[in-house]
Amino acid sequence: MLAKRIIPCLDVRDGQVVKGVQFRNHEIVGDIVPLATRYAEEGADELVFYDITASADNRVVDKSWVSRVAEVINIPFAVAGGIQSVEQAREILAMGADKISVNSPALRRPELINELVDEFGQQCVVIGIDSFYNAETGRYEVYKFTGDESRTEKTMWETADWVNEVIARGAGEIVLNCMNQDGVRRGYDIEQLASIRKHCSVPLIASGGAGAEQHFIDVFQQAEVDGALAASVFHKGILPIPTLKRTLRQANVAIRP
Amino acid sequence: MNLVIVNTRVANLASVDFAFRRLGVTPVISADPAVIKAATHVVLPGVGTASAAMRSLESLGLVPVLRELTQPVLGICLGMQMLTERSAEAGAGSAVATGETAGSVSCLGVIPGNIERMQAATGKPLPHMGWNRTEVSEHPLFAGLQDPWFYFVHSFAAPISAQTIASCEYTQGFSAAIAHNNFMGVQFHPERSGADGARVLQNFLELAC
Repeated sequence: MLAKRIIPCLDVRDGQVVKGVQFRNHEIVGDIVPLATRYAEEGADELVFYDITASADNRVVDKSWVSRVAEVINIPFAVAGGIQSVEQAREILAMGADKISVNSPALRRPELINELVDEFGQQCVVIGIDSFYNAETGRYEVYKFTGDESRTEKTMWETADWVNEVIARGAGEIVLNCMNQDGVRRGYDIEQLASIRKHCSVPLIASGGAGAEQHFIDVFQQAEVDGALAASVFHKGILPIPTLKRTLRQANVAIRP
Repeated sequence: MNLVIVNTRVANLASVDFAFRRLGVTPVISADPAVIKAATHVVLPGVGTASAAMRSLESLGLVPVLRELTQPVLGICLGMQMLTERSAEAGAGSAVATGETAGSVSCLGVIPGNIERMQAATGKPLPHMGWNRTEVSEHPLFAGLQDPWFYFVHSFAAPISAQTIASCEYTQGFSAAIAHNNFMGVQFHPERSGADGARVLQNFLELAC
């Protein structure tokens, strides 16, 4: 039985974990390594670290914390943020990250996905997608540079088309961040996730909107995603991971004890 | 105790290195045949594709060295697959994505059997990625473990065979671990599988030469 994954997401800025609401107004949550250790001990199935400044600033920041995280935790983790080349990916993986997650640089140059897959294998290439529901057009639109409000911009892609494109290029997993829901804790975008799930042949991770235990039950049962990513509910202690996992098991969701 | 992690150049060695250090053992990371031969325990890690990894072992002159080892050898993930006779994972990344394979690649052949692409099944995305409950045998590698959960990331697998020492179910039943003589391989990542994974690594270290 393959378990559904509970994935705390740690947004990293200048070596500390931060959290904003709808990508804005970041506040400091704490230091990276102690928080990562705590989540691993509490039963998190995987961790994702997003360096939210890197892509927007067009720079690669100090990633030595990757190695410190790899040293202490015994669960898998992915690193995202500003990875624009095979060499940068190689460095992060060599430090001990299990996967790399690419978002804006893949939109700028989609061939990057093929290059990463050819070099490191499909299993460690995750594509992050920031998707915004445009109520006027009724369409899901892909955005880039979401780490910096002043530079965030809409791309030419509709979400479903971009999902197909990245899978065709060999992506091993997709994290779909539903921007309308991000940080407001009103639940995952079940409708969008369920529609993407239908034609997503690789693991799909839901992101954006988790605020209550029921939201996790809903996203696993109704959108059939493989994992659910969340930040503030874990950082703020609103949902302790052991309690959440117990509730999910009682709801017959496949969960690792 | 003289644990050597084979530096295949293509693998992510840090996480395996750190996992053994958490158990109080400091591994030597090496591609030197003399160092590998002198080890009490050898670990063959691996990520990426079988064809790239075998090319790397060949260019390092390690194929005959690894085949002749008599001490306990543990292959992890792709490292396990490289211990078998052949792997169907010969294509580049773009071929993998479209489901094509360009033949197969010859591996070390120290554990009987071949590696096959996992079958597709509705509602079960590939790669098989995440924590899966695993059925383990009496093999000493799994001493003290009952229905453990291990972390998997792979699209190719060893079918169930006489060499299977642990099994798992996803789109099909497959070997979560295989063994033959002194060679053992695990499809999962013990270095990323919490306390259960750490126990497997500890059990490996306790195997006598």
